Amino acid sequence: MSNHVTEIVIATLLFLLVSGMGFWAARWRRPSTMAHLNEWGLGGRSFGSWITWFLIGGDLYTAYTFVAVPALLFGAGAAGFFAVPYTVIVYPLVFAVLVRLWSVSHRHGFVTPADFVRARSGSSTMALLVAVTGIVATMPYIALQLVGIEAVLKAMHVNPTWALIIAFAVLAAYTYQSGLRAPALIAFVKDSLIYLVIIVAIIYIPYKLGGWHKIFDAADTKFKATNGTLLNSANEWQYVTLAFGSALALFLYPHSVTGVLASRSRDVIKRNMSALPAYSFLLGLIALLGYMAIAAKVKPIGTDGNTIVPVLFDQMFPQWFAGVAFAAVAIGALVPAAIMAIAAANLFTRNIYREYFRPHAEPAEEATVSKITSLAVKVGAVLFILLINPQFSIDLQLIGGVIILQTLPAVAIGLYTRWLHRWGLVAGWAAGMALGLWMLYQIPNAATKHAHFGGSAFPLSKWFDPTSIGLNAKATVYVGFVAVLFNILVAVVVTLICRAAKAPDGVDMTAPDDYTADAGGEPAAGLAGDQLPEPAPTT
Amino acid sequence: MAAPPEPRRPATGSSRWHWLLIVPVVVPLLVFLYNSKDPYLFGFPRFYWLQLAFILLGVATTTLVYQLTRKRG
Repeated sequence: MSNHVTEIVIATLLFLLVSGMGFWAARWRRPSTMAHLNEWGLGGRSFGSWITWFLIGGDLYTAYTFVAVPALLFGAGAAGFFAVPYTVIVYPLVFAVLVRLWSVSHRHGFVTPADFVRARSGSSTMALLVAVTGIVATMPYIALQLVGIEAVLKAMHVNPTWALIIAFAVLAAYTYQSGLRAPALIAFVKDSLIYLVIIVAIIYIPYKLGGWHKIFDAADTKFKATNGTLLNSANEWQYVTLAFGSALALFLYPHSVTGVLASRSRDVIKRNMSALPAYSFLLGLIALLGYMAIAAKVKPIGTDGNTIVPVLFDQMFPQWFAGVAFAAVAIGALVPAAIMAIAAANLFTRNIYREYFRPHAEPAEEATVSKITSLAVKVGAVLFILLINPQFSIDLQLIGGVIILQTLPAVAIGLYTRWLHRWGLVAGWAAGMALGLWMLYQIPNAATKHAHFGGSAFPLSKWFDPTSIGLNAKATVYVGFVAVLFNILVAVVVTLICRAAKAPDGVDMTAPDDYTADAGGEPAAGLAGDQLPEPAPTT
Repeated sequence: MAAPPEPRRPATGSSRWHWLLIVPVVVPLLVFLYNSKDPYLFGFPRFYWLQLAFILLGVATTTLVYQLTRKRG
């Protein structure tokens, strides 16, 4: 065993470099004032193609992804490769859907998805539900970024507690000062390091292990009982529904929306939908690190499967390059953590603080509240990881994906049609949440011996005999997918009832051409840039 | 920031070409296309290389739709 000094020194130097950049970012593309959510929370809504590419790439492909997806292939085989179809599907969806959200937000000065729902459905209840759902789903996601850093620290045999506290304190400080500009600037370093490390890894490690054939053979042998490195009839429906459901969930997350709204124009987003899949390719190769770990006979540290990639790097690379690789993963955690904290803070400020406590808050006050909230969110995330079993955040993040999907009718369908009645949206949300949580509650985790919330794969045999419709008796499906279908069904039924009962619709503050407006157009009539409409009359 | 006001243009985002985007959403969900080992490519079983190739399908489609729908009128 080496003493890891070289690794620690290199990783620390790179961490100091990005911290310096984070503080300096406040001067980058310097705004006339930082005391405005458009500047602090959305980087001036001015990012061009390159910055957006790094920012959204750094935002969506988190450190946890880089650590957990290979761990999934290591532990479960082909099923873990769902990350590839998932990140293929998401871009055409964003291309069609979020571009409309960009346009309507550009014209009305919306900062969060809940701002949009408020104006579109005319229902402040639905907007509050979207905001709360977004915050609750994002919090454990931030905590999970710490799990990524923790895995790296364990591999370097550093005491994770103090290192985590210092890393997050520095992150909190520069996010407070620089807002979204900090992660946007750091993303350049993060992604360059990640690309470098992965390209080296997928050339060097297979070479040392004797070629890709050896790697796939080793994985095939490990999973011989379950159809080797392919899907089997028990998990193929889970694979498909998880890929599709995760893609729908990803772009509903507040931090994805923040990344998209920070871009300068529709064209910037559309061009990025063609360029961002470069990250998906990278992710596919990263996933295969899980099989390389099998071939290299890597043993995880303790029972923490998330340590297999750091341990693999430690085993295969010279110390100095392992240091670079560890820094890449750790910095990879800081970018999304910062954006998620900003997104959650914006939701709180715009849709809870302003809506319910200070309806006439000035932009400067909003920015201050967001900055303080983002600090609170990060302190919460650190406490979460240090005081509570990290497995709990993993379970919660799983739940997060399922619950964020329940905002699909209000946000994504709402971008196309107002046919769904506002009460239908609320009822659908409640029904989807209830069904999703109830299904998750019933899923045990064999590995950790938890009786509940043990995964997102729901065995159909709990409801009916899957063989009766030609499926494997052990077939499973993704909970979120079933829950959102039920959500939509309830929303449609309640809408029909509301229409029949002549229940009043909310007032729509948006116009059809808002959804295709581009940069340079005039703001919506009667709406001053960043003002939310007055509460819609409920008659 | 103060760009000259433009007249509102008709909907450019509602082009029929957008329906093409369904292709890269549906194809990666068709398990029967890729759940097999043969043929191998560069040592990768089909399951892995074909799904990585779907990334190119996605890029090609979004690029095509972008080119077809931009700057009309």
